[in-house]
Amino acid sequence: MKELIARRAARLVQPGWVVNLGIGIPTLVSSHLDLDRVFLHTENGLLGVGPPPEPDQVDPDLVDAGKRPVTRRPGAAFFDSAASFSMIRGGHVDAALLGALQVDGRGRVANWAVPGEAVLGVGGAMDLITGAGTVIVLMTHTTRAGAPKLVPACTLPLTALRPADFVVTELATFRVDGEGLVLVERAPGVTREDVRSRTAAPYREEPPPAGGA
Amino acid sequence: MVNKLLEPEAAIARVLFDGAVVMVGGFGLVGKPLTLVTALNESAFGRLTVVSNNLGEPGQYLGRTLRLGKIRRAVGSFFTSNPEAVRAHVEGRLEVTLLPQGTFSEALRAGGAGLGGFYTPTGVGTLLAEGKEVREIDGRAYLFQEALTADVALVRARRADRLGNLVYAGTARNFNPLMATAARKVVAEVDEIVEVGALDPEHVATPHLYVDHLVLARERP
Repeated sequence: MKELIARRAARLVQPGWVVNLGIGIPTLVSSHLDLDRVFLHTENGLLGVGPPPEPDQVDPDLVDAGKRPVTRRPGAAFFDSAASFSMIRGGHVDAALLGALQVDGRGRVANWAVPGEAVLGVGGAMDLITGAGTVIVLMTHTTRAGAPKLVPACTLPLTALRPADFVVTELATFRVDGEGLVLVERAPGVTREDVRSRTAAPYREEPPPAGGA
Repeated sequence: MVNKLLEPEAAIARVLFDGAVVMVGGFGLVGKPLTLVTALNESAFGRLTVVSNNLGEPGQYLGRTLRLGKIRRAVGSFFTSNPEAVRAHVEGRLEVTLLPQGTFSEALRAGGAGLGGFYTPTGVGTLLAEGKEVREIDGRAYLFQEALTADVALVRARRADRLGNLVYAGTARNFNPLMATAARKVVAEVDEIVEVGALDPEHVATPHLYVDHLVLARERP
């Protein structure tokens, strides 16, 4: 299911983009991207992240933002954390692909504060949603308990006021426009009712019903 | 020529004091000055404010500093990686200032650059905006963030020359060059010290004027 979400989100990434992949499902996206044409940025200071190394090739000074060992691609560059976040806030990173706990009816994301825990970790989430060119959320459609994650209003703290541009789940892909969520694609075998019954947030459908033009 | 090389214990004794504000480089253990943190843990200094992205894993390095009760306040962006830090905060033993990672990084840069602070769009309208000045610039809202400075910075680099010019390795660079600019006393832990002239000036990321003392690493991640 997570691979399905990653594969569908990868289709939204355009050739030539610089892309930051968050922790969780987004890390699965890299194997669906052509790394000769898409450049992976990690906020701990590397542009040109390559696939994980063979176990005997691990370099302890080369990790991604999830602290997992990575490699560097030909043409890679290292930089300090202030430069890295200047790239993000300054609008130089074309897309951020990240996980979420909830998304509201306007596409706004809650993905940093965990329910029932002290709010003591934020990392780069706020900078990425605020500054990336295109924000793509990858998440399961419902919680493990079956509760919708697309909700009219987030009950968890928002990460930023800026909404996501796309939300990809195992059931559907939504685009976000000035008025809110638009269902643009359903996964194979998923009915409109499947999406409707597991989505608490209001959304529109695309293309709109025929007639009335 | 000045000799900046010290044993780790001597370097800690030279720069640290009770109640000091200490910056510690590293993203997790990558780029963390492990030898210096161990020397700090074995010292008698306490009541510290630690400025570091996170407080490590339970009982390890800065996690051990916390367990030893030496940290009164922590400033960083991600403390949830150490459940003991969360518990210490909940129980009122640890004061925490949480900043978005980009805001944290830029506050270090600003502190080292002689600036009082800066306005960032990150965090506007969130819980982390509480108590912060909001200013609208060209139709967009920004939060004011004060610069961060410290009494001491403990940083990690791959290599130094005897003057203290530093070269970093891979993603172990992270916060280190920023912290090296933002503290009154800077100790750099390195794997290797070479003669003056042996480093390519094009590769030096931290020029020697920032570095007061050098120590050789005994521990690596």
